[in-house]
Amino acid sequence: MYRYDEFDAKFVSERTAQFRDQANRRLSGELTEDEFRPLRLMNGLYLQLHAYMLRVAIPYGTLSGKQMRQLAMIADKYDKGYGHFTTRQNIQYNWIKLEETADILQALADVEMHAIQTSGNCIRNVTTDHWAGAAADELDDPRPIGELIRQWSSLHPEFSFLPRKFKIAITGAPHDRAAVKVHDIGLRLHKNAAGQIGWEVMVGGGQGRTPMIAQTVRDFLPQNELIAYLEAIMRVYNLYGRRDNKYKARIKILVHEIGAEKFKAEVEAEYAKHPAQQTQVEEAELARIAKYFAAPKFEKMSRFAPHFEEHRRANPDFAAWARNNLAAHAKEGYTIVNISLKPEGGIPGDATGEQMRVMAELAERYSHDELRVSHAQNIVLPHVKLEDAYVVWQELKKHDLAAANYGLAGDIIACPGMDYCSLATARSIPVSMAISRKFGDLAKQEDYGPLKINISGCINACGHHHVGHIGILGLDKKGEEYFQITLGGSSSENASIGTILGPGFSAEEVPDAIETILNTYVKLRESKNEDFLTAYRRVGPKPFKEALYAAA
Amino acid sequence: MTAEEKGQVMTANRLGDGLVVFLQRSGDWSEKIDDAVLALKPEATAALEARAALDVKANLVTGQYLFDATRVNGKIRADHIRERIRTLGPSVRLDLGKQAEGTAGAFQPVEG
Amino acid sequence: MPLLKNNQFVADDYTFVADEDALPASGKVLVTFARLKRDWDEIAKLPAMVGVKVANTDKTDELTPYLSKIALVQLTFPAFTDGRSYSIGRELRLDGYRGELRADGNVLPDQLQLMRQVGFDSFLVSDRFPLEVWQKAAHSMSLAYQRGLFRQVQETEVWSTRHHGFQAWEEQPHAG
Repeated sequence: MYRYDEFDAKFVSERTAQFRDQANRRLSGELTEDEFRPLRLMNGLYLQLHAYMLRVAIPYGTLSGKQMRQLAMIADKYDKGYGHFTTRQNIQYNWIKLEETADILQALADVEMHAIQTSGNCIRNVTTDHWAGAAADELDDPRPIGELIRQWSSLHPEFSFLPRKFKIAITGAPHDRAAVKVHDIGLRLHKNAAGQIGWEVMVGGGQGRTPMIAQTVRDFLPQNELIAYLEAIMRVYNLYGRRDNKYKARIKILVHEIGAEKFKAEVEAEYAKHPAQQTQVEEAELARIAKYFAAPKFEKMSRFAPHFEEHRRANPDFAAWARNNLAAHAKEGYTIVNISLKPEGGIPGDATGEQMRVMAELAERYSHDELRVSHAQNIVLPHVKLEDAYVVWQELKKHDLAAANYGLAGDIIACPGMDYCSLATARSIPVSMAISRKFGDLAKQEDYGPLKINISGCINACGHHHVGHIGILGLDKKGEEYFQITLGGSSSENASIGTILGPGFSAEEVPDAIETILNTYVKLRESKNEDFLTAYRRVGPKPFKEALYAAA
Repeated sequence: MTAEEKGQVMTANRLGDGLVVFLQRSGDWSEKIDDAVLALKPEATAALEARAALDVKANLVTGQYLFDATRVNGKIRADHIRERIRTLGPSVRLDLGKQAEGTAGAFQPVEG
Repeated sequence: MPLLKNNQFVADDYTFVADEDALPASGKVLVTFARLKRDWDEIAKLPAMVGVKVANTDKTDELTPYLSKIALVQLTFPAFTDGRSYSIGRELRLDGYRGELRADGNVLPDQLQLMRQVGFDSFLVSDRFPLEVWQKAAHSMSLAYQRGLFRQVQETEVWSTRHHGFQAWEEQPHAG
């Protein structure tokens, strides 16, 4: 994975000193809150319901054991002993003091991390496939481009005061695990007929109040033109994105209002004015970065892993975990370990400092010192030998990290909701906990099959409910929390926005409503092999509406 | 038979440490909701707004706003669940926030 | 309002002339874009170069016919959070404008270095901050990752420096 050179180290160090100065000037009153707010947001510091909240960047979701340990230290020393992994592969701390923030940024800089641009009207963390560099179906690792974009977008002087936030996601596999089609810019790596590597450039996806699927503006952009082309897109957005209405300021609104064809023409015209120049420097930089993402020194392993098989036969709990939480690795004899941060009845995506240290140690010993954060709020150990899977699982079990529900009904994405967030209109976590408890039985979850239940505590959709197979949106009706259910969303390469089923439910009613939906699915599926999304796309919302809203 | 009084409370975050505080009659800010002044009339509300604005300018607090609350027997309870969570702590972590630190006033943990 | 240029407060040798006022016979005048278009015949005959005030909703390629007479473009930031003028300023420079590019409006120290990097070289600022604050702000970061910008304080361009075997991207010169 990427390592800072002297320039990167100096950059975060100067940025930390700059923030320390800005914070001091705020505390002394030299800067007003209005003047300070965008500056602190550009370092990931929010003012929230209980205290300041700090969002730390985990670029393209990749980190080392040492970095995870530092996140644990920050949780223990500066917060209340835990952190929350987010749907953009970052980590959030909820109980931060402004007067300590510069020290936290320094602690991050010490391990080659930062909180730069994790908030504010600027380019945010570039996210990607949490199985990048490991997945069997991957065409090429997208993370070198992720790192190139990260550097290019850091403190970009032209694009630091955009109409609104800007989110980029990239994928290097045909099966999109990075939700690129619901991002402001989505990039998909692929090969053209001549076998060259290039990128499909998609613009204008997003969720929130007005969910939209991104439109393709370029089918195939050669890799060395990417930075110059991104500049063209950003300039069009910066000049023409709406600034009169915060809720209509994302690039998806611009694309929608002027139309995809006109938008594409604007970008191409801008790009033609300033095409990629002297791309040798970008190419050399990409080649330099790519060296850091070379495959680790894998051992030559047999496809047959006797210890793994033996433990699977002997231990049904291990077998269940192996069945659900392990994913196919490109290298024979290796596996991708998915650590579910969704314990039964627990808070999705949270980890204690102790749990972070456990995962760090496991990464160092068994996964070539690498971890990933997935946008589904789970942690990944990307390069584990099958023969080591059992000992990893045993350690995870000791620390409540062995929930065998990866990708199943219990693996719920939930935003922090009203328990933490002043934007929220309802609490998402209690509903998530109730659903998780109701479907705690693993056999039941496995019968339901692959399922993405996503819960958002408000219309801003940080829980990605629009692209959940089952989406739940928490709203406020006359001071009472109530929950709307959507079906049929997907964030994959066949992306779709979920359909609202009908009137909402109280928090108490939601778990039963979900059960009704799932039992309906079980009754109408063609076979156990027809998963929920496929079945829904075949039959549509009608059977589910009837089951849910049938007269008593 | 105790009367129920309905009014508004002024809350903010302390600038330096971000802690949630409530404006008291003395003009100081307390971490405890029961210490807060409950503005029962528009003039009182205006006074709260004026005082909070001064303290924002003095860089003591930030993010100030009024919320509806009810007082019974000297104990104040926020009307909306969001402010109840603000005055207590997360409903899903009863071990965190004011509810764990003894500064929640007379509140019970949030239901649900 | 103080005029910040080359890290000092300097006298402003441009005089703003309102749309309905007569143009003086000598001296550097600053006019609105609307007036520049309306009174071009008269303005073109003035002895000195002129300055033009541009809003962040104006189309700067409409400036092209008048560039022979323009030595100053004064471009507004109506709110510091409105970032359009960063793109407008940079595009002017990329299109070859070599005159003075001045920022007015809500110009604050924490955005000074960003403005300089996209090509602004003078700033009308409020008198709220002493000169030292502005001077310090201009050097806040010594590094920049992006190529093709304007390195007035010689921010080290990281990618170019890492791969110094290649020709540096020639920057547009300034009014200075």
